[in-house]
Amino acid sequence: MKCFDVLIIGAGIVGSAVARECALLGWRVGVIEGGTPAGAATAAGMGHVVVMDDSAAQLALTAFSRSLWRAESTKFPKSVEYEGRGTIWVAADEEEMAEVGTRQKVYEEAGIAASLLTAAELAKQEPNLRHGLAGGLLVPDDGVVYPPAAAAFYLAEAKRLGAEVFYARALSASHKQVRLSDGTELTADRIVLAVGTECDLLPALPIQKRKGHLIITDRYPNFLHHQLVELGYLKSAHKVTDDSVAFNIQPRQTGQLLLGSSRQYGNEQPEAEAEMLRRMIDRAKQYMPALEKLSVLRVWTGFRAATADKLPLIGPAAGLSEDSSLWLAAGFEGLGITNAPGAARLLVDGMLGRESAIDATSYLPIRLTEPARLAHA
Amino acid sequence: MRAEVLVIGAGPAGIAAATAAAENGCKVIVLDDNVTAGGQIWRGATVDSANTQDVAKQRAMERLQRSGAQVLNGRSVFSADASGTVQTLQETASGNVVEQFHFEKLVLATGARERFLPFPGWTLPGVFGAGGLQALVKGGYSVAGKKIVVAGTGPLLLAVATHLAEDGAVISSVLEQATLAQLAPFAASLWTHPAKLVQGARFRVKLWKTPYRAGCWVIEAIAGSGQTLASVRVTDGTRTWTEPCDLLACGYHLVPNTEIAAFLGCAFRESFVQVDSAQRTSLPNVFCAGEPAGIAGLEAALVQGEIAGLACAGRSHASLQRRSAAERAFGDRMEKAFALRAELRSLPRPDTIVCRCEDVPFARLQGHQGWTDAKLQTRCGMGPCQGRICGPAIEQLLGWRPVSIRQPLFPVPLQAFCFPDASENNTTELIKEKA
Ligand SMILES: Cc1cc2nc3c(=O)[nH]c(=O)nc-3n(C[C@H](O)[C@H](O)[C@H](O)COP(=O)(O)OP(=O)(O)OC[C@H]3O[C@@H](n4cnc5c(N)ncnc54)[C@H](O)[C@@H]3O)c2cc1C
Ligand SMILES: Cc1cc2nc3c(=O)[nH]c(=O)nc-3n(C[C@H](O)[C@H](O)[C@H](O)COP(=O)(O)OP(=O)(O)OC[C@H]3O[C@@H](n4cnc5c(N)ncnc54)[C@H](O)[C@@H]3O)c2cc1C
Repeated sequence: MKCFDVLIIGAGIVGSAVARECALLGWRVGVIEGGTPAGAATAAGMGHVVVMDDSAAQLALTAFSRSLWRAESTKFPKSVEYEGRGTIWVAADEEEMAEVGTRQKVYEEAGIAASLLTAAELAKQEPNLRHGLAGGLLVPDDGVVYPPAAAAFYLAEAKRLGAEVFYARALSASHKQVRLSDGTELTADRIVLAVGTECDLLPALPIQKRKGHLIITDRYPNFLHHQLVELGYLKSAHKVTDDSVAFNIQPRQTGQLLLGSSRQYGNEQPEAEAEMLRRMIDRAKQYMPALEKLSVLRVWTGFRAATADKLPLIGPAAGLSEDSSLWLAAGFEGLGITNAPGAARLLVDGMLGRESAIDATSYLPIRLTEPARLAHA
Repeated sequence: MRAEVLVIGAGPAGIAAATAAAENGCKVIVLDDNVTAGGQIWRGATVDSANTQDVAKQRAMERLQRSGAQVLNGRSVFSADASGTVQTLQETASGNVVEQFHFEKLVLATGARERFLPFPGWTLPGVFGAGGLQALVKGGYSVAGKKIVVAGTGPLLLAVATHLAEDGAVISSVLEQATLAQLAPFAASLWTHPAKLVQGARFRVKLWKTPYRAGCWVIEAIAGSGQTLASVRVTDGTRTWTEPCDLLACGYHLVPNTEIAAFLGCAFRESFVQVDSAQRTSLPNVFCAGEPAGIAGLEAALVQGEIAGLACAGRSHASLQRRSAAERAFGDRMEKAFALRAELRSLPRPDTIVCRCEDVPFARLQGHQGWTDAKLQTRCGMGPCQGRICGPAIEQLLGWRPVSIRQPLFPVPLQAFCFPDASENNTTELIKEKA
């Protein structure tokens, strides 16, 4: 039986980032992928590397992880398509504009550059937005990446440092043992579940699938310069009950535009739905009427791994499992691309008992099941 | 708009299906993306067209018209779902029109397209698909006096060569990659299909001076001055030679158009839509006839279409089963006869472009886990054609079956998705259909 220091199940962007982080320590690393590497949520997502402030813990993790993306941005191969595009949060009316002011203060306190745009400045930055919008908040250090290539880069780095990849499904993972669908049995001191939305290895994983639709257009270079998100996006992302849509559009390096986004619970069908697409497009046209004429190449859907408090599960599986060899890096909802390098760092800090750059307790899985024990941790 | 029977594709299969269903009392609508009905062979076939020489075509078109089936041309189907809704896009002088059609029964008769295989120089100006060049010529492109090499595989090569010769081209040779030994059983079987023999005779008359070389294939297209085609390198596996030419018409038989069947979730049998003896797919109200159910030629398309139409109308098709089985057997022999040789897989050089939409060279496709992996990491097949051209080539080169067919079938304006609620019962087309 092959022995490892750590076995990582799942080669999405999170598992791949964790694999590299562990390989950097000189550990013997095994990665197990049952489908196509980066072929699940990582292939479906948008690749917006963004600071978000739904909660203080979310702000801390996204800001930390974004700083890691930026620090590495010159090292990526071209295929990663990293671009420091910046985000503009678009305010439709004066009420939203007031919110933009509040938001800017929050960012400022956290040391995140963010500047107010008047209506005229907004129109100048993005001439294809409709007239009459109130203004916006420009967050210049946010970025855009092509997630499958970023994940492949992490995995290639891990392999270069000696990690071994197994292309088979893990059928069971407990007490330092992993059994694969091809009959292989592996053993390791630690097993990391970086399984995205798939809970069969640990049915207690408190993860729900949250469906999203995306639309990609043909190439329109210079149509758009920043990632634009309506200010109401956070409200939409925060909701846990109804289906919602929000205007969210991204310029790709190819000149293509990636248009989102929708959120649905309780729908596990991968088919794109005409009704959701229509609502998304109607919403987008309220901000950018010129979109209507652009040509669409493809629409698809993906599933976000949602938790009850919208924060990821990073750390030992304690609270969900008595098995002390199990670790989790899952539940990243709509921020797994942004948070992958940060999560990998926190997870390894936890394994080493090393202090982290940010307070990691908010992301420990045990918070969801036994908040009292967390206080003593 | 509602149809009891909706037929997608107005080629021979779709025409036969629509006619049979309508003659038996069904309300039938046929959708096709061309300006006139007829499909690949009968394109431009209108009943009153003076130069209609083909009797079968003439008869089929007249019978279709009498049957009462409504043919709507110029509509490209870009999405379909199993709940019974199909969406089309029509480009009109006044802009794009999106229409929605609801069906009780659906017949997929979407035909096939050519297969291209990449080889060095295949993207040069002057290199065409064989059927592609034929279609251009039908549309008015002049090849008079042009020296043309016709190459690749399949019965289409002779049809194309004949047609080009009739239009004044000088066909310097027809190169068929299959060996004579491979072709012999197929050629012999033509005796049992007299109609096909007549077609063959016509080819021979037109091309009696043109060498038909079996077991030969193009390994490279070479540019002259001005970066357009000047000659091709040809081999028979042992010898290699150069043939000067103005144009190369090169196609490697056909691949079925099965995307709509994939949208609907129909079961497949290898590359083809799986059907039973009534041409019924794995979905009880969806039928499939012609090339998507198996590449077997005109006669197969006609008989399968008729069976599907009768089945939609709840009529017996027992009397057609013998003919249908014979045509299927013919298709099987054809598939064997024109099986692609392994050497074609090693034609691309590392820098030969495989995906033209995204400029992906052959070298970048190496070392991936499969089609999805290669696609995610190289963008191969992510362009406007969504892998319809490079997908079948990659299947040959690397053995990966294309996956994940997604809507829309071809690029459509964003606004095409802003259609009024699909659940509404009444007619929902944006403008009234034109007379
Ligand atoms: C529509 C949409 C838009 C998004 N936009 C953004 C964005 O702009 N910015 C952002 O930061 N995030 C975004 N996200 C979120 C982001 O895509 C995900 O959070 C992220 O990709 C999660 O990565 P992962 O590695 O956890 O999961 P995945 O990519 O799903 O990877 C999990 C892997 O584990 C494998 N696996 C599971 N179980 C097993 C097993 N038993 N054995 C072997 N292998 C197994 C799977 O095959 C899979 O490859 C978006 C998501 C969606 C759906
Ligand atoms: C390029 C080409 C050239 C050919 N030339 C010859 C020849 O010269 N001689 C010969 O004997 N055989 C030829 N064939 C083979 C011939 O097409 C078949 O033998 C047979 O006639 C097929 O009939 P069908 O009805 O199945 O398909 P087709 O005749 O191909 O009809 C299918 C119809 O469906 C339409 N369609 C497809 N998708 C959509 C969509 N999404 N929306 C709307 N409409 C759609 C197509 O445009 C087409 O009109 C050719 C085939 C091809 C691909």
